[in-house]
Amino acid sequence: MPRWGMVIDLDRCIGCGACVVACQAENNVPINTEDVYHQRRAIAWIRLERYWEGEFPNVKARYIPVPCMQCTNAPCEPVCPVYATYHTTEGINMQVYNRCIGTRYCSINCHWHVRFFNFWEPKWPDSLKNQLNPDVTVRSRGVMEKCNFCVHRIVKAEQKAKVEGRALRTDEVTTACAQACPTNAIVFGDLDDPNSAVSQLLAQAEKEHRVYRLLEDLGTDPKVYYLKKIDIEATTAPAGAH
Amino acid sequence: MQERHRLGEEEITRELLRPLVTTTPMMWVGFIGLGAVLAIFVFAVSWMFYWGLGVTGLQRPNMWGFMIVNFVFWIGISHAGVMISAILRLTQAEWRRPVTRAAEVMTIFSLMTAMLHPVIHTGRPWRTLYWVFPYDFWRNLWPDVRGPLVWDPSAILTYLTGSTLFLYTTMIPDMALARDRTTGWRKVLYTILALGWRGNERQWKMQTIAGFLLSGLILPVFVSVHSIVSWDFAVSLVPTWHATVFAPYFVIGAIHSGVSAVVTLMALMRWLFRFDHYIRLEHFDAIGRLLIAVGTGWLWFFLLDIFFAIYPQEPRETEIMTFRLFEWPFNVFTALIFIFGYFIPVPIWIFQRFRRNVKIMFWTSILVNVGMWAERYWLIKPGLMRKYEFTFDWNWYRPSIVEISIVLGSFALVGFLLLVFSKIFPPISVWEEKEGQHFAQQLQVGKRVVNAIVREF
Repeated sequence: MPRWGMVIDLDRCIGCGACVVACQAENNVPINTEDVYHQRRAIAWIRLERYWEGEFPNVKARYIPVPCMQCTNAPCEPVCPVYATYHTTEGINMQVYNRCIGTRYCSINCHWHVRFFNFWEPKWPDSLKNQLNPDVTVRSRGVMEKCNFCVHRIVKAEQKAKVEGRALRTDEVTTACAQACPTNAIVFGDLDDPNSAVSQLLAQAEKEHRVYRLLEDLGTDPKVYYLKKIDIEATTAPAGAH
Repeated sequence: MQERHRLGEEEITRELLRPLVTTTPMMWVGFIGLGAVLAIFVFAVSWMFYWGLGVTGLQRPNMWGFMIVNFVFWIGISHAGVMISAILRLTQAEWRRPVTRAAEVMTIFSLMTAMLHPVIHTGRPWRTLYWVFPYDFWRNLWPDVRGPLVWDPSAILTYLTGSTLFLYTTMIPDMALARDRTTGWRKVLYTILALGWRGNERQWKMQTIAGFLLSGLILPVFVSVHSIVSWDFAVSLVPTWHATVFAPYFVIGAIHSGVSAVVTLMALMRWLFRFDHYIRLEHFDAIGRLLIAVGTGWLWFFLLDIFFAIYPQEPRETEIMTFRLFEWPFNVFTALIFIFGYFIPVPIWIFQRFRRNVKIMFWTSILVNVGMWAERYWLIKPGLMRKYEFTFDWNWYRPSIVEISIVLGSFALVGFLLLVFSKIFPPISVWEEKEGQHFAQQLQVGKRVVNAIVREF
């Protein structure tokens, strides 16, 4: 049984936003208009957070793509009264749109802010209606939605493997965001398979002490790993200085 | 000690049943005024159903707002009924008699209003009603009993059932009384509700036992309801919500606001129905004394909550506590809570002169509830606005006109239901009042005549 996980190398991330667009197209995420952004109700299953570092002339933009962390002990799961959010055996934190009644408690208890609520009926321009992904449910107003590691792709690959009578090959599946990333900053795969790209990347980065997870101390055991940016100035600075 | 006007049985019956048959102009004003606000409420809710929750001020991360705050507030108000009628009945406090009925009715109506909030607040209310009531334990498809949102309706519905039964038990003798004195549709209604009450000894005995049993049984529910409502917040990981002190803190806060609401109600009833002979100054005096104790208890827990945020030296917790204590607009809320919830009313209640002044009691009780509403907002919102370190996602919450209408409308809804109730059922328990008259005696002590309660138990 695979245990899906993701590694995001912040040293490679250039903040282009290709992952956001790819996710939007892949998962039938409604078009976020300027209005919706101003209302702070934009839906982006993976979002690009931008932070400024430093004082004015020496400012650096730092980017961090934030998808759902797919916590092993997800705090969003036990608070749902109707079991609309649950854990699959492959470790993915799933959302069942048809069960959801929209209490939004899961979003309250998600500290990565990656659960999104459909405040309005989702709309697409006519020209984009034929572009909707047939493998992904179009959500209605009043339900929560979130990143699910492109579960439809995983299911498709697993079915294909089953038909061909073989096990899933290493790195056979990847998510839309990982696929679209021009610098390969996002890597998706099976954390339990030692040959997978994620495991090897993690093992390598572990030696360089670059691995961390967001809000790791909450004890939810997220399955999205971040690799620290390698700061040339910091590494060349004299020892003991920050 | 003032002289008490001794009332005959017939006089009590006539005066207490008067609101049923005569409608004063002020009652009409109440009906029309509250009805208008209620119409706005219905329109706001329908508007929200039609367009979706987009018409509220909610966004990410402020997924809960005014409606949840108001829900907690009304659950708090609903604690008055049991406090007044069950606890004071068990402790045999005589001054409870004129207010038990009103307090109990307020419990039921405010609970119903409170329950409305989480339902209309969901994304798909039709689904909520269809799937969650009754909860589908049978197919094992939906239940997730780990979640406080499942405990919530269980506790609240238990409380609602218990209080309704309790209220009904205490109403049966009055229904028989009204049955014997009315004609037309009222007679039919009261005949059904009186359940064939004839006032014989066995019936009285059963009714008394049922009253005592129900008041005993309802006590654990009374404590559990607001504890469970507090766990909606306390079991989540949001900083400053995640506090073990929440359960007793919410319960004492509920009693503080609930008993204050009873004072408001007493003053209103005395004014609207001219029940001066029944809701007397000594009743305000007694409830004022109770409020000093309850208010001080609440202040203790309020300070404990702040202390518990400082004590563990958890930076996230202290940061949000600093935010809500010192930063605009929450510093204003803090001041409001302190001043309105405690520092104005309690010192006033210390003086008997003020406790026996209906106007002062009315306005201080209003102040307490303004403070308590602010307290619920203060407890719930700041933690959500600045949840954890992702400053990119921090945001303010601005309630929309729809949410404000719903909050105002909820007050109108409770008021309107109370008015309708007092047009159909006697707002003061007639038999309890008569029973009180039997117990009340005037003893000659030296040269003075002292009012006293003599009863055998």
